[in-house]
Amino acid sequence: MTVATADVGIIGGGLIGAWTALFLARRGQSVVVFEKGVVGAQSSGTNFGNLRLQGRFPAQYPLSMRSQALWEDLNALIGEDCEFAMTGHLYMAFDAEEAARLEGYADVSERNGLVIERLAPADLRRCFPWLSDKVAAATYSPRDATANPRLVTPAVARAARQAGAVFHENTRVSAVARQGESFVVRTVDGRELSCGSLVNCAGAWAVEIAECFGETAPVFTAGPPQFVTEPMPFMIVPSLQTIDGSVIARQTERGNVILAGYPRTAADAVANRAPVPPVKTLAAMRALARLVPALADAHVIRVWSGIEGYVPDMIPVIGPSQTQAGLFHAFGFCGHGFQIGPGVGLCLSEMILDGATATPLEPFSIGRFRAATTVSEKFRKEFD
Amino acid sequence: MTRIVIVGAGPAGIAAAEVLCAQGYRPVLIDEGHRAGGQGYRQPSAGLTLDMRRLMGGEAGKYEAIHARFDLIEDKIDYRPRTLVWAIDGAALHLLSDGRVDVLEADTLLLATGAMDRVAPVPGWTLPGVLTLGGAQVALKDQGCLIGQRVAFLGSSPLMLLAARQYREMGGEVAVVADTTPLGAKAAALPPMLRAPRTLLRGLIYMASALQAGTPLLHGVTPLAVEGDGHVEELRLRDSSGRERRFACDAVALGHGLKPETQLADLAGASFAYDVDFRLFLPRTDGFGRSRPGLYLAGDGATIGGADAAEASGALAAHAILTDLGVTQDVGAVRRAARKVARLRSFQRGLARAFAWPVAQIRAQPDDTILCRCENVTIGAVRTAMAQTLGPVEVNRVKAMTRCGMGRCQGRVCGPALQEIVAGMTGDEGRSAGRLRGQAPVKPIPLTAAEGTAS
Repeated sequence: MTVATADVGIIGGGLIGAWTALFLARRGQSVVVFEKGVVGAQSSGTNFGNLRLQGRFPAQYPLSMRSQALWEDLNALIGEDCEFAMTGHLYMAFDAEEAARLEGYADVSERNGLVIERLAPADLRRCFPWLSDKVAAATYSPRDATANPRLVTPAVARAARQAGAVFHENTRVSAVARQGESFVVRTVDGRELSCGSLVNCAGAWAVEIAECFGETAPVFTAGPPQFVTEPMPFMIVPSLQTIDGSVIARQTERGNVILAGYPRTAADAVANRAPVPPVKTLAAMRALARLVPALADAHVIRVWSGIEGYVPDMIPVIGPSQTQAGLFHAFGFCGHGFQIGPGVGLCLSEMILDGATATPLEPFSIGRFRAATTVSEKFRKEFD
Repeated sequence: MTRIVIVGAGPAGIAAAEVLCAQGYRPVLIDEGHRAGGQGYRQPSAGLTLDMRRLMGGEAGKYEAIHARFDLIEDKIDYRPRTLVWAIDGAALHLLSDGRVDVLEADTLLLATGAMDRVAPVPGWTLPGVLTLGGAQVALKDQGCLIGQRVAFLGSSPLMLLAARQYREMGGEVAVVADTTPLGAKAAALPPMLRAPRTLLRGLIYMASALQAGTPLLHGVTPLAVEGDGHVEELRLRDSSGRERRFACDAVALGHGLKPETQLADLAGASFAYDVDFRLFLPRTDGFGRSRPGLYLAGDGATIGGADAAEASGALAAHAILTDLGVTQDVGAVRRAARKVARLRSFQRGLARAFAWPVAQIRAQPDDTILCRCENVTIGAVRTAMAQTLGPVEVNRVKAMTRCGMGRCQGRVCGPALQEIVAGMTGDEGRSAGRLRGQAPVKPIPLTAAEGTAS
């Protein structure tokens, strides 16, 4: 058995774990990260890559805006740009009812300091001639961005390692417990870590850790069905999203069009698989051809998904444990974690080192599951 | 009645359909091709007349026989040519035919999906004018045209000599047949091949005919580059004595044997195991072609065995299907077929040594050699990604980081070479590199195909 000690132990080498490790290590903390597979392999690496600010949960804006500033500084923070691009985000409605909802989101965005442009059909024809004339209204946020999720987490982990954090890949945690003033983490391959604070960011697997300390959250696993086309002539600069969720699409500079869409697809956290049902691929293909008729002849070359943790109120769990001092949770990001990842990492590092963070995170407390769980409208919309 | 679906109308699929028909079943036979026959027994496109007897040479009799046999069963089966199975989801086969998608439920599925070329990258292999060896033969059999007037055959495959002979027969000039396997290695592989003396003899005849025609026949070459300004102009290589040689040519046919097309087996839930002779992950079957319950694999799509083994293994899998459906089979006939398949496949293992996959040459390629031609990823890019801290050590992860194998062909072309580069970097055998996971669609499908389907 290998016994080690650290200031902070982190369970889960996804985006959250890597950013948390980086911020802690840069402030001189000794950090050990345990990852059951390889860093950034699940939702951190297989997500769509949207750094979307429009249409977020209202209480999440302070965190989101803080996080976006970190994304915009990515190259300076970690020394790699990971294909970060400030593409802007076009949020679209097909009818008056959807347009009214779009307007509601735009109000919230503006109140939180985001610049939103409202586009009427004539503006859309002029700015985005490739777009279907069925689009009735749209809002455009220039600050929204995209990055390549496959590259980000390993890059952040490398930077964290350079700052002194230790990453154990292919190392599954078998037991966690409180012993006196510290936590003891044991792994399947015989490691033991004694640490003062513990961060639980094990994604779809995080509830098992929380339950070791007598608290829980109704997390279930699912994945976004995604596909990518062959490279097409580059024409679509902004990231696209229809408010009905049928299309979330973007074109990479290389020309491939990536698409994700609702409803989400089942994922098996035990078998570590998230197969994409072909009927969902077909539905998404129809939706993309409807939105961007110029892509009708594009060929789909690959589909994929990943295992994400969801909770029925579609709000992540972020913050201190309600049962155990020194334990912090960050999981259940409901497919919306990529954009807030760096911000969550920064806030966790502040909570651990400073005892608190200036960013309001009360709505994300795990304590909310002691009362009856609310099921969000978003939840009903995004699943079948 | 239970619905039996066969995918692939090559010798394995046809032989399986024949057995099922003979016992009163009406299988569905799905095939991507316009006409039955698969790749080896490919027929010319409709409206084109070719002297197939001359083209097929010693295989002409078998060519005619398999097509005659197919003609006899065509109206007794549900034959669906020009149809791609692009995904498998449980029992549902997702089809694409004439630009439209459809779904077919299969109670029993026999995959006889055949093989494609395995190629080792060399500098310049993405130049226009470089085709796979199989591609060179398809051009000939399907369209009656040559890939060039003066063709260099490069790689290591018994099919190189066959294709060179076919090209000479059809009026082409052969610049060189350059085999990367040294002659000594071929001699060492002889003993197991003596188990199929007829096939061995045929190979020797091709060799003799090449020499007679004055074709330069080199063994143990090290390819240096395919050169040309926008198109193939010459093949540069080092011969076995270490001398650099140049061969003027306007096309190169590149091939290092065959690799099974296993994407559908993967989507259908077959399990895979690494094969040390072929240095590939192959779907596991019992001696009769059974994979998992309800799934059967036959022909070169299961493991490389050649046309005769494919035919025998197709019939064998059909017997296994019928046995599992409770239909008593002639045990003696089944045993004989099983032995035949085992013998022919064992011969192919010998061939895999006589025509070796050039692992050392692949690993010695310079950094700027393109590995993934769809996404234009160089071998150097893979090496750089792997050398990083927390860098990938397994093919799927390398793909995620570098886009190698992420393009139109989904790693069907670069996969085997990628596997060797990755394994070489980790200092291990090929198996440690892992296997590129299959994902639908197995071949690109257009957005328009989904139009009008139910939501």
